[in-house]
Amino acid sequence: MVRKTFETEIQQVKDNVLVLGSMVEQALLDSVDALKKRDIKAAEKIFAEDKEINKKRFEIENQLMILIATQQPMARDLRVLASTLEIISELERMGDYAKGIANINIRMGDTPLLKPLIDVPRMANKGVDMLHRALTAFVNEDVETAKNLPVEDDEVDALYNQIYRELMTFIIADPKTIERANWLLWVAHNLERFADRVTNICERTIFIATGELFEVKSSDDEFWKQQNK
Amino acid sequence: MQSENGKYAIETKNLSIFYGAFEAVKDVDLQIEKQKITAIIGPSGCGKSTLLRAFNRMNDFVVTSHVKGEILMHGTNLYGRGIDPVEVRRRIGMVFQKPNPFPKSIYENIAWGARINGFKGDMDELVEASLRGAALWDEVKDKLKESAYALSGGQQQRLCIARTIAIQPEIILMDEPASALDPISTLRIEELMQELKKNYTIIIVTHNMQQAARVSDYTAMMMLYEDTRSGTVIEFDATNRIFTNPKDKRTEDYVTGRFG
Repeated sequence: MVRKTFETEIQQVKDNVLVLGSMVEQALLDSVDALKKRDIKAAEKIFAEDKEINKKRFEIENQLMILIATQQPMARDLRVLASTLEIISELERMGDYAKGIANINIRMGDTPLLKPLIDVPRMANKGVDMLHRALTAFVNEDVETAKNLPVEDDEVDALYNQIYRELMTFIIADPKTIERANWLLWVAHNLERFADRVTNICERTIFIATGELFEVKSSDDEFWKQQNK
Repeated sequence: MQSENGKYAIETKNLSIFYGAFEAVKDVDLQIEKQKITAIIGPSGCGKSTLLRAFNRMNDFVVTSHVKGEILMHGTNLYGRGIDPVEVRRRIGMVFQKPNPFPKSIYENIAWGARINGFKGDMDELVEASLRGAALWDEVKDKLKESAYALSGGQQQRLCIARTIAIQPEIILMDEPASALDPISTLRIEELMQELKKNYTIIIVTHNMQQAARVSDYTAMMMLYEDTRSGTVIEFDATNRIFTNPKDKRTEDYVTGRFG
């Protein structure tokens, strides 16, 4: 007995997660691009589109609740559905980081950027690239990729560190730059958190495949140690 | 059969069950924990009921049946020399798929078994305690003299459970106890099982995997050997594990509905 209908429905959920993921990826790239160009209109559009992301998340959540209620999923099926619930809530919050960056852009008003953005777009690109591969690994239940991806968060953290130090030198040289430096630090922080959440998605993929729930080694602790020195 | 405070109510060692030359169940090693509910699941014809019936020697009624290996209760082999199958069945009661009350009054359904087992105490008390134990007392206390057949299917099944516990067995075997009942009666039986396990060890055979997941503490998954068509236990673990992350691919396929 093959559960063809149920399997098709799980596949539809996964497809929907990919759609949600690409909405979040696009929102993040757009938010950084809008900031780079100081395009307030584009930032406002991202704000509006975040509602669509939230709507999509609720749609998938509903779909999952119906499957759990009607199909009595067990074992791996249950892990897929439970993990997907977790992943869509990660994605929704990752969308909020894009909204956060758009918000900073709007609040900056006419204030010009303290410096041209170089490492910030790098962080965004790296984060989006990681998310994309994490979701592909989720859909394919690819444990190897899910295990290896979180290490790449180090690159994002290194960029964050670099931005932090650079902004500090601006502030030390001219304390009047504090506010403008702070805007950018805030942006970088949003991007750093975005990449952190990719690790959470990878943890769920590993859980689906192995049934083991554990925290994938993250170098975040290391990062905070560096900051506290 | 000496009583002792071991962890297990009953154990099987290399147990094989035959009908004539046909080995229906092969090499089962199970340890059934005391005061827990153990479910036996698996596709049709894999030997679940045969295994269950071996525990209280019900298979003895099939003349060609015999066993190899051991079923140990408090260290005593139930198939050993000099063991009285009637005594085995007194210690290990059984509830069947279809409620099978005697064509007698509700009261007599419980009193009869106790009486022939030499019960000398206060019969009214025993009847009430048994009916309370089976969560049936409040529904029947005013009509104890009426025929058991006047009860609903769910009530009849609880009466059969009351009849079983009146003998004060240690273990209760249940063979699809709710499959002939409506959903509400089913849930009542399941609730009752949770009450019963405070005093008894329960082994249940069920086709309803959700039921096994809901009620049991441990689950034994049975399958047929492809070549010999003998059934065996392929995986035995905590129910929580069997239904979230089983080790055997065949268990996974069965509990997720891909096989069976």
